[in-house]
Amino acid sequence: MSKYAAAQKQAEPAVLQPTPQPKDDFQEELVVRPLHSGDIYASFQFRTLWETDFMRGNKVSHYRLFPKSLGQVISKFSVRELHISFTQGYWRTMQWGQPYLPSPPGAELWVWFQDSVTDVDATWKELTNVLSGIFCASLNFIDSTNTVQPSASFKPLGIGNVTDHRFLRYATLPREIVCTENLTPWKKLLPCGSKAGLAVLLKSEKLFHSSFHSQAVHIRPVCQDWQCKTTSWELRQTLNVVFDLHNSGQGKREWSLFKMFSRTLTEACPLASSSKIYIDITDNPEQFELSPATSLLSQAMVLGDRRTFSVYDLTQQDTFGSVRSLNLLIRWKSTEGDMLRPLLHAERYVAGYGLQTGEIHTLMYNHHPYRSFPVLLLDSVPWYLRLYIHTLTVTSKGKDNKPSYIHYQPSKDRVRPHLLEMLVQLPPNSVTEVTVQFERALLKWTEYTPDPNHGFYVGSSVISSLVPSTVAMDTNSTRERPLFSSFFPCKEESSYFVRVYTEPLLVNLPTPDFSMPYNVICLTCTVVAVGYGSLYNLLTRSFQIEEPSPGLAKRIANVIRKMRGVPPL
Amino acid sequence: MGLLSDPNRRRALINLLTRLNAPICVVCYMAGVAWFMGLAFEPFTLRTYMSENAMGSTMVEERFPSGERAVATGREFAAHKKKVSGMPVEWLVKTMQARGLEVYTQRFSRTLPFPDENKERYMVKGTNVYGILRAPRAPRTEALVLSAPCTPGDNNNQAVGLLLGLAQYFRNQIYWAKDIIFLVNDHDLIGMQAWLEGYHHTNTTGMDWSPLQGRGGSIQAALSLELSSDVVTSMDLVLEGLNGQLPNLDLANLFYAFCQKIGVLCTIQGKLQRNDWDSVSGYSHAVQTMMLMVMKQASGRPWGDHGLFLRYHIEAATIKGINSFRQYKTDATTIGRLLEGMYRKLNNLLERLHQSYFFYLMPSLSHFVSIGYYMPAFGLLAVILLPGVLSVLTPLVISHLTGAALYMLPIRFQEMAVEHFPVSETEAVVLTAIAVYTAGLALPHNTHRLLSGEGTEQGWRVLKLVALLYLAVLLGCTALINFSLGFILALTLVPAAAFVTPHVPKVLSAFVLVILSPACTLLFSVFFFQELQEMPVSFLDGWLLYLSVISQGILDHFLYGSLVYPLIALLVYPCWLLFWNILFWK
Repeated sequence: MSKYAAAQKQAEPAVLQPTPQPKDDFQEELVVRPLHSGDIYASFQFRTLWETDFMRGNKVSHYRLFPKSLGQVISKFSVRELHISFTQGYWRTMQWGQPYLPSPPGAELWVWFQDSVTDVDATWKELTNVLSGIFCASLNFIDSTNTVQPSASFKPLGIGNVTDHRFLRYATLPREIVCTENLTPWKKLLPCGSKAGLAVLLKSEKLFHSSFHSQAVHIRPVCQDWQCKTTSWELRQTLNVVFDLHNSGQGKREWSLFKMFSRTLTEACPLASSSKIYIDITDNPEQFELSPATSLLSQAMVLGDRRTFSVYDLTQQDTFGSVRSLNLLIRWKSTEGDMLRPLLHAERYVAGYGLQTGEIHTLMYNHHPYRSFPVLLLDSVPWYLRLYIHTLTVTSKGKDNKPSYIHYQPSKDRVRPHLLEMLVQLPPNSVTEVTVQFERALLKWTEYTPDPNHGFYVGSSVISSLVPSTVAMDTNSTRERPLFSSFFPCKEESSYFVRVYTEPLLVNLPTPDFSMPYNVICLTCTVVAVGYGSLYNLLTRSFQIEEPSPGLAKRIANVIRKMRGVPPL
Repeated sequence: MGLLSDPNRRRALINLLTRLNAPICVVCYMAGVAWFMGLAFEPFTLRTYMSENAMGSTMVEERFPSGERAVATGREFAAHKKKVSGMPVEWLVKTMQARGLEVYTQRFSRTLPFPDENKERYMVKGTNVYGILRAPRAPRTEALVLSAPCTPGDNNNQAVGLLLGLAQYFRNQIYWAKDIIFLVNDHDLIGMQAWLEGYHHTNTTGMDWSPLQGRGGSIQAALSLELSSDVVTSMDLVLEGLNGQLPNLDLANLFYAFCQKIGVLCTIQGKLQRNDWDSVSGYSHAVQTMMLMVMKQASGRPWGDHGLFLRYHIEAATIKGINSFRQYKTDATTIGRLLEGMYRKLNNLLERLHQSYFFYLMPSLSHFVSIGYYMPAFGLLAVILLPGVLSVLTPLVISHLTGAALYMLPIRFQEMAVEHFPVSETEAVVLTAIAVYTAGLALPHNTHRLLSGEGTEQGWRVLKLVALLYLAVLLGCTALINFSLGFILALTLVPAAAFVTPHVPKVLSAFVLVILSPACTLLFSVFFFQELQEMPVSFLDGWLLYLSVISQGILDHFLYGSLVYPLIALLVYPCWLLFWNILFWK
């Protein structure tokens, strides 16, 4: 109570002064894209920019739009960049194409620390526990056995020139289940909460009635202007969801905001400087029907593709029309059928049978007809799958494909996982197969999870193509561009950055039968072994009656008797 | 133990045992057989119960409505099958895609080691079609499989129809937590083998297949559906898989529970369950059912498409629709609901099925005999060998060489045999096998030629010791893995092993020994099996059946990696030869 009052008092003088130009800014955006498969993809992005400095002992105590909980995390743990995502489901590249922001199933966390941090591991441990509380997730299960330091795959996305991977930590929890309890704290970080603006649509009963759900938080420092004289902190909150639209026998698809989210929009978030809805109409504009119609069109380069969008500006009152409520209705002809051929696509599986050994196969498809490109493959495998790294093979088109860069860190039992990073050139129109054999370790009996027969997870491999060798990020706040097109660095239009995650693996380890028969077998074997041993002993040994050797007194007595000439005792 | 440590009493005991050796052996043998026969008696067996909690108390509702449409789809499938006279790949791909599945195909080809005359195939080429129903918000780590074989002729069209109907219905449900793979496999077991090898990227049998494009993670359970009529009177459950492996008993429990719930007549080994266990006919019915399972398991063949899944640690069973003359009929909607219920429960599984038994026999669908109950029967037979060990080396190698010849020659020499004799390849293989087998009987004379001097009394005793130990270990191991096979072999080989010495009447003993040899065991088994199925055959038909069984056994080994043929040829037969050697010891 007293603390609160003190904070109020401190804040008062600021209010009394003539109001300065606020140094923070909030934008919100929703992109809706009808997918090739007939499903519909909705991607929310909320960006808060704040021109402040959390570092160098600068105590920031007055927060306006930026969430205080995250600000404190940044300053306490000297975080330079933080990326966290929670995903339920697997992004189906072959049906849906590339997502705006990729994320692996489960939870993923990667953090760049400032170079002032001395004990990175301890800070990382503390940070994961704090984030676990903030996002109501099991991030506290991140420890040294599932944390790696990728040398090339995860470069900083914000400004700054430290790329020493000692300050990077990366971990995934493929088993993490994402639900309402994670959504609520995520929504609370928004300036308007879920009371106004686009966030009104985020109702969990609809968001979790979908084929794919992913929510993420990205924090990074960015340039405030073209010259990059001042830096700002950028907080991006993204939420991607794919709604299943399967009703066969209907060529015409119809979808509305109300159908998707069971809500309509009535206003923008009053704190937002921009609030827009983009509808991707590129694929077949003439077959599209949008109501209400808009004359606003926008074009953007997204993932190497020029897309056309219809734009609805929620800050304009006339967007909402006379009913003062916006319920976008989309009708389109779907061209369902064959699967897509995205330029880069990957899958992974475990081969072999039995519980002793196995083989991990990673397939990377380059569907480009004539261009080859390099990809960076990152594999982090738990220690209980003992990789036989000498069996590592990389083949494309039946020929050996020698990776130009390999970074391998062997695992240590119960301490750290295997880390394998490779730079592989994918020939045009080919499948590159990476295989490595492994042996399944026998765990100690307390190390098994409560449901050991479910299997153990191996997190997704990460395939990043076009390695950002420098921090060549277009960090200028170019207001003309929609947010979803400006996250990953993109210098030239001929190439763009893609990150693809493979599916996680579920591997069964040799598991003892933790049940009564197991105990019975153990007990019976013991009894049989003891019984057999003694019986065998008795049957094979020959028994003879042996006179016990006489005692000392008796012997002396016998000597005396002998001398006397009497028969001994 | 005091009894044994006193030398005098011990000597007395040993004398007693030696004197009573023969009666004890007889008693043990009788007791073993009696125990085994008692296993089918209902009060001695356990009722089946669901061990897996995830499948037990959770309630599911079955709402599958469109059995009629599924049957119509089946007819459409039949028409397309007839049009292309084989697997209608294009139609299946299109139909599955229209049902919202991710569809993939797999091509495979396999040249059999010799032509299979039963199924009339030699160079097999085919295509599997499968569609994956992706579970919403699931990370592709777990999958369930529903398969239906595409068989030539008019068979199994309804199964494919129902599979497609279920795919359509399942696609619109939101509760799936595991991907569901709908597979239509070509050339029944060969297609299944190709698909499983492709899915797990292994190659155990030298088959050519194209790699799979889409997968659904680790497969948790699978059901194979066989349905050849629009309505059925009962559903039959087939459990016996490759090498006598059985799926977890909970899968059988699940099937039984849903049959009870929905009101479908269910059978195992084609035998309905009877309530009159206390009558003679009721008991003999249970014995018949159990013996059928024993015979099928001992054969080591996969008795349905599910059989090949078991190697990959995937619990699987085949469900067959049977249409007999009974009044009470079940329509496709009900079968669909039965499968829906089973899949919804399997979908609820958190772990693989592991709670219940893997080693069991079933005298009826509601009762089972666990490993703890049937092993004593085997133990009583095996114990006869132990005193034999206490009381009693050389042609081991030759016997095994003969065994190796039996294993290798039939396939190697089929071409030569076909050139020189007027027989087909299949016959050549089978007849070569029988010829090598019979040639082995001449061994004792040849063995002795290699041995220096006369065989001593000590000599045959040591040989018998080795042979008995060998047999004990061999049967013990076999019975652990495949109880039925172990028991049947023990039933014939143990008496042969027990009585044989060089001092018994030669001609009579030789006759008995031949009767008790593995080949004759197989012959009797063929007749017995027909008898159990209530389809007795004449001797000539039986003999032809016997020949085809041998060829099927060899084929199973080369196609799916069944281990029964090598087991018999490389281990059991040489062991029997050792006893044959003892009999003709000079």
